[in-house]
Amino acid sequence: MIEGILVEGLLYGIMALGVFITFRILSFPDLSVDGTFPLGAAIMGVAVVNGLPLIVGVLLAFAGGLAAGAVTATIHNKLGVPNLLAGILTMTMLWSINIRVLGGRANLPLMRQATILSRFNSLVGGVIPHPWSVLLFFLLVALVIKVLLDLFFHTDLGLTLGAMGDNQQMVVSQGVNPETMKLIGVGLSNGLVALAGAFAAQFQGFADVNMGQGIVVAGLASVMIGEFLIRSSRIGILTLRVILGSIVFRGIMYLGRYYGYYINLTPNDLRLLTGVLIVASLIFSRYQSGRGESARLRKSIRAAADSTTGGTR
Amino acid sequence: MIRLEQVSKTFHPGTVNEVPALRPVDLVVEEGEFITIIGSNGAGKSTLFNLVAGTYPPSTGSIRINEIDVTREPEYRRARYIGRIFQDPLLGTAGSMTLEDNMMICLRKGFKGLKISLNRKQRQWFQEQLVDLEMGLERRMKDNVRLLSGGQRQALTLLMMVLSRPDLILLDEHSAALDPRNAALVLELTRRYIEEYRLTAMMITHNMQHAITFGTRLLMMDKGEVILDVQGEEKASLTVDGLVERFHAIRHRDLESDEARLSL
Repeated sequence: MIEGILVEGLLYGIMALGVFITFRILSFPDLSVDGTFPLGAAIMGVAVVNGLPLIVGVLLAFAGGLAAGAVTATIHNKLGVPNLLAGILTMTMLWSINIRVLGGRANLPLMRQATILSRFNSLVGGVIPHPWSVLLFFLLVALVIKVLLDLFFHTDLGLTLGAMGDNQQMVVSQGVNPETMKLIGVGLSNGLVALAGAFAAQFQGFADVNMGQGIVVAGLASVMIGEFLIRSSRIGILTLRVILGSIVFRGIMYLGRYYGYYINLTPNDLRLLTGVLIVASLIFSRYQSGRGESARLRKSIRAAADSTTGGTR
Repeated sequence: MIRLEQVSKTFHPGTVNEVPALRPVDLVVEEGEFITIIGSNGAGKSTLFNLVAGTYPPSTGSIRINEIDVTREPEYRRARYIGRIFQDPLLGTAGSMTLEDNMMICLRKGFKGLKISLNRKQRQWFQEQLVDLEMGLERRMKDNVRLLSGGQRQALTLLMMVLSRPDLILLDEHSAALDPRNAALVLELTRRYIEEYRLTAMMITHNMQHAITFGTRLLMMDKGEVILDVQGEEKASLTVDGLVERFHAIRHRDLESDEARLSL
């Protein structure tokens, strides 16, 4: 049970990192994610079936997501379409594209195919028993992606991207084209989501056009639960808490799925539960941010007072 | 050198809402000049700045910076030559990022690559620059800018802008939203930087006394026109009452903006 929750949390945590980039860093609520997740799964599935090396499949999935994100950003940039609508357009178009990628069908089973997981399992299988080797694999993958993202957000480009959601005028004033920033940010985000989709296809043993439904909301819920867990503005903590939030979210979903019948909850109610979670986080953060803000203010006033007394010394 | 030739701006042309915000104007800003611009609301001061900065293109005319025609260049491209500070202190910095992150973003203009430039040496250099502000900010490099006061944020914006050595700086009432003490501080800092780094500057102000004491040249605008352009001896001998009289002599009506006189 616990390893199942952790594996799902880490796997969908990669997706949540993508959602975090658009919703939180860029302030670009991007809904194309619902289409790029199955796109990644479909690309990976087709790559596996056609006997391409697994790593090539993963990279192709990432590239596919990148391209889809670039389409959303371009629709928004060049046609002046609001970002929400641009995402919905891409998402809708991707449904058809995903079916084409899958070869004209909605579902592609990957049973009896060698997967990254089975490869990894045979690599460490002697030492670590089955469910835990999967956990180790996803732990490594999530960690590598998290560290790479942290590094990226420390580069000059990453810092500028960080300023986008905060203050677009400042980015413009520094001679940077905000359209390029959106292209990079939304592209990167969807690349990560497609990557998560590719791993999900490997983990579940199939690729399905409908596996992306409601993914954006799940990712957003994870991001918000993470914010609820830890308060910080350091990028290393920000990405960490997205993954933690994802694990907690999957835990709550697990409880809803297996113990929900005590309160008459069926699996069909899980989406309602997700929405309620988001609303609850929103209410809580409103209440909390008021308090947190005044605490920070007091701290900064103290710091300012210290610095003035330090100055007269 | 900045050269404006017959630059004008009309909003909503051809409709009932047509507004001639700026009538055709010729203006040459020489290197090292510090121009103060005064005028009541709706005089076209901000429109002039927006046209120079490239927020929107002019309806007619051309704009050249150092003999390069930038009339059709978008704002972000012109930002390589131009530093601009707004009235709202929040517009110059990213509040949810640290001081050092903000300084890193503003150090060099143009597209940023995948280099990590914010290292120990760079931090130390930033710290030395912050000491100059005498606000104790050098001890708060890891603090989010959101925690700073409006005056501190505006001073930081000013410092960051100066560090990128722009060819022209546009100050859009940049001290108007601050309390008197901080406003005086930011203005003094502005004067110091402009002198120290020999910057070419244009400053919009609502305060006639500031327009007279600061700068090497004064423009007065009214209803989309530059009605007065004085410099040198003539500017040095200006007084607030003299300025009000000049306005009356030119426009044959009283200066509408009482605000301008009240904020002596």
